[in-house]
Amino acid sequence: MSLFRGRRILAGAMTLVAAAALTACGSKTTDEGGATGVTADVSGDTVKVGLLNSLSGTMAISEVTVRDSIMLAVEEINAAGGVLGKKIQPVGEDGASDWPTFAEKAEKLISEDRVAAVFGCWTSASRKAVKPVFEKNKALLFYPVQYEGLEQSPYIFYTGATTNQQIVPGLDYLKSQGAKSVYLVGSDYVFPRTANKIIKAYATANGMTVLGEDYAPLGSTEFGTIVNKVKSSGADAVFNTLNGDSNVAFFKEYKSAGLTAAAMPVVSVSIAEEEVKGIGTQYLEGQLTAWNYYQTTPGAANSKFVAAYKAKYGADKPTSDPMEAAYVGVHLWKAMVEKAGAFDVEKVRSASDGITFDAPEGLVTVDGKTQHIAKTARIGKIGADGLITEVWNSGKPVAPDPYLKTYPWASGLS
Amino acid sequence: MTAVTPAPPSTAVRPAPAGAVPPGRPAGRSRLRTLAGFAFGAAVLFAVAPLVLSDFRLALLAKYLCVAMVAVGIGIAWGRGGMLTLGQGVFFGLGGYAMAMHLKLADAGPGGMPDFMQLYGQLDELPLWWRPFASPWFALPATVLLPMAVAFGLGSLVFRRRVRGAYFAILSQALAAAMVILLIGQQGTTGGTNGLTDIKGFFGYDLDDPVNQRMVYFIIAGTLLALLALTRQLIHSRYGELLVAVRDGEERVRFLGYDPASVKLVAYVVAAGMAGLAGALFVPAVGIISPALIGIVPSIEFVIGVAVGGRASLLGPVLGAVAVAWARTALSERFPGTWTYLQGLLFVVVVAFLPGGLASLWALARRRDVAAQPLRRGRLSLGRRRAERTEVPAA
Repeated sequence: MSLFRGRRILAGAMTLVAAAALTACGSKTTDEGGATGVTADVSGDTVKVGLLNSLSGTMAISEVTVRDSIMLAVEEINAAGGVLGKKIQPVGEDGASDWPTFAEKAEKLISEDRVAAVFGCWTSASRKAVKPVFEKNKALLFYPVQYEGLEQSPYIFYTGATTNQQIVPGLDYLKSQGAKSVYLVGSDYVFPRTANKIIKAYATANGMTVLGEDYAPLGSTEFGTIVNKVKSSGADAVFNTLNGDSNVAFFKEYKSAGLTAAAMPVVSVSIAEEEVKGIGTQYLEGQLTAWNYYQTTPGAANSKFVAAYKAKYGADKPTSDPMEAAYVGVHLWKAMVEKAGAFDVEKVRSASDGITFDAPEGLVTVDGKTQHIAKTARIGKIGADGLITEVWNSGKPVAPDPYLKTYPWASGLS
Repeated sequence: MTAVTPAPPSTAVRPAPAGAVPPGRPAGRSRLRTLAGFAFGAAVLFAVAPLVLSDFRLALLAKYLCVAMVAVGIGIAWGRGGMLTLGQGVFFGLGGYAMAMHLKLADAGPGGMPDFMQLYGQLDELPLWWRPFASPWFALPATVLLPMAVAFGLGSLVFRRRVRGAYFAILSQALAAAMVILLIGQQGTTGGTNGLTDIKGFFGYDLDDPVNQRMVYFIIAGTLLALLALTRQLIHSRYGELLVAVRDGEERVRFLGYDPASVKLVAYVVAAGMAGLAGALFVPAVGIISPALIGIVPSIEFVIGVAVGGRASLLGPVLGAVAVAWARTALSERFPGTWTYLQGLLFVVVVAFLPGGLASLWALARRRDVAAQPLRRGRLSLGRRRAERTEVPAA
């Protein structure tokens, strides 16, 4: 009896599902233009923009600084009269270091708050998670962090470095210093693994040997084995793509194993001023980093940026490359909107090519085709005071090449 | 972890064992009540929610309901069977990846390869183990059968050896951690930390179209109702009684001539199947499956939802899962900087003052009623004593 009743309930539920599904069919994947996109609400005297960063979870320590510097740019623009006469109203959401949450919040900012643009994301995984959301809704994301390249979404502007503006110059520098062999150490996720593929292709073409490649899980603090392998390899240099806390453990172990910056320098691509403070300068002094901006970068635009940041958030707060790229992103968006004369996403995109901004890192130019920006590459040495001083730069902004098409050795990569 | 495990029930307010019919109550009334409950649930999910909620909120509800499906399974394994499964993310992930692999292959078209493989893996052709997923006839059953098979394999080893309690919880959690490490390490073929994203179509329907998103929601809501109906049958069957008996006195059941290992195995496998189905439906609803969704933390979050709702009742896990997920969204939108503290506070309050979960609110209200009617007390206290027996010792 009870079994029979259960079947009836089940059958009822199934019929309901089938009926609902049949009546609710929309466009097929083969149809043209299923989604139309959401238009931003710019009817009032303010314009909303979304701030999408992790304020909780493992990435919060880095992403909060990016949020702070976006807010600084917003305040500056508002103080100067806003964009097209409208004040910017920032709407903050917490990505919570969790990729599906990023996608959820992006959707919320676009379809509920109807923002004109979104600034944020840090990890590649969070960018990959929100990319379809922005493409579906035809909305804009300004992504401020250096990344592994091999991407070019029509609805993302990449204001951080792609590989040929950071990793390749880093390798060029090592080569010019006479390094013949490298050891690769990285966290186990997409950026290090992809970066190391590029490094290996570069090494093969430039007569360098990769003596080893090791990955540690994100957040790992156990580096005894890896450092021993690095030491016994006798490599000329180490290329480090570790992220976050792992760097603390790695560099402590590195020093206690008797390895020094003079004998075996480490080039890091994820350690900026903020991280140096956390790791401790005693472990990092003399080591190298590859970025496009340092707090010490000369120029009036940077002095103004650093002073404004310290005035707002405290004299002990350093400024770093991703913060600068996020700050630049907001100003570039303003310039694009003003050139386009509208907040409309397609108009902004077509107005983007050739937009320049006198950024803290120097003059940057938007490349409309790739939606990346031309940036000067800089190699820096970490000093005892926790600041990074430039030891080499590319002399002029390097044009972005996310798929490394102009590098013959990279032909097999994409 | 201890924070989410409700205290032993002797001093606690406890949930009514779902639908347990107190002796003397006519069976017909209970049946009617169940049917009315289902009709009410269906009306809310199929009529009210789509009318009241915007496309965005409805898509969020679809996501919550997927989590609720996992919770229903945990309700069976943990609430009824006493197995604290801290690794349901594994089964959720298996179902999700099986579905996402099929959808990615369908997007790529016949003979095509998912975009990330060329990007990260530099593969020239599809790896062998991906190939069967091109066929929906393999991929769809696999979303449920694959998790069930893994649960069967693990369960047969573990339960025969009488691994229980904390050891079982640790083991299930280790499995979740291992699976995450495996997925991240095989970036070229699994998408690594990014997971499988950017899914465009669902069996030929364009997922960017809000109408199709609505269709996915209806499928999810219908599936959840069907799972609840199935679960109700299961816990009211002879098997359901046996499962509770195994939870409360495994040795006694063994001496009565039953095999507790098989009894637990069935519950574990059913819970895994539900998690797999939930994962499979999560993919078209949210558009992503990644290691971040199936590791230790999300596995614990599944259990938290169940604990908040009340693990031993039928509806408790569903209510808890939806409430926790909804609170997460609502709090983080209202207080982006401090919401994690508020969420933590919420868990503490529920576990401390309502150990039977949200589902016990109703029982609590009913008891107040009863206190006001001394005449009926005798009968109900009998029912309550029965409830005590069916109620859970901590796993």
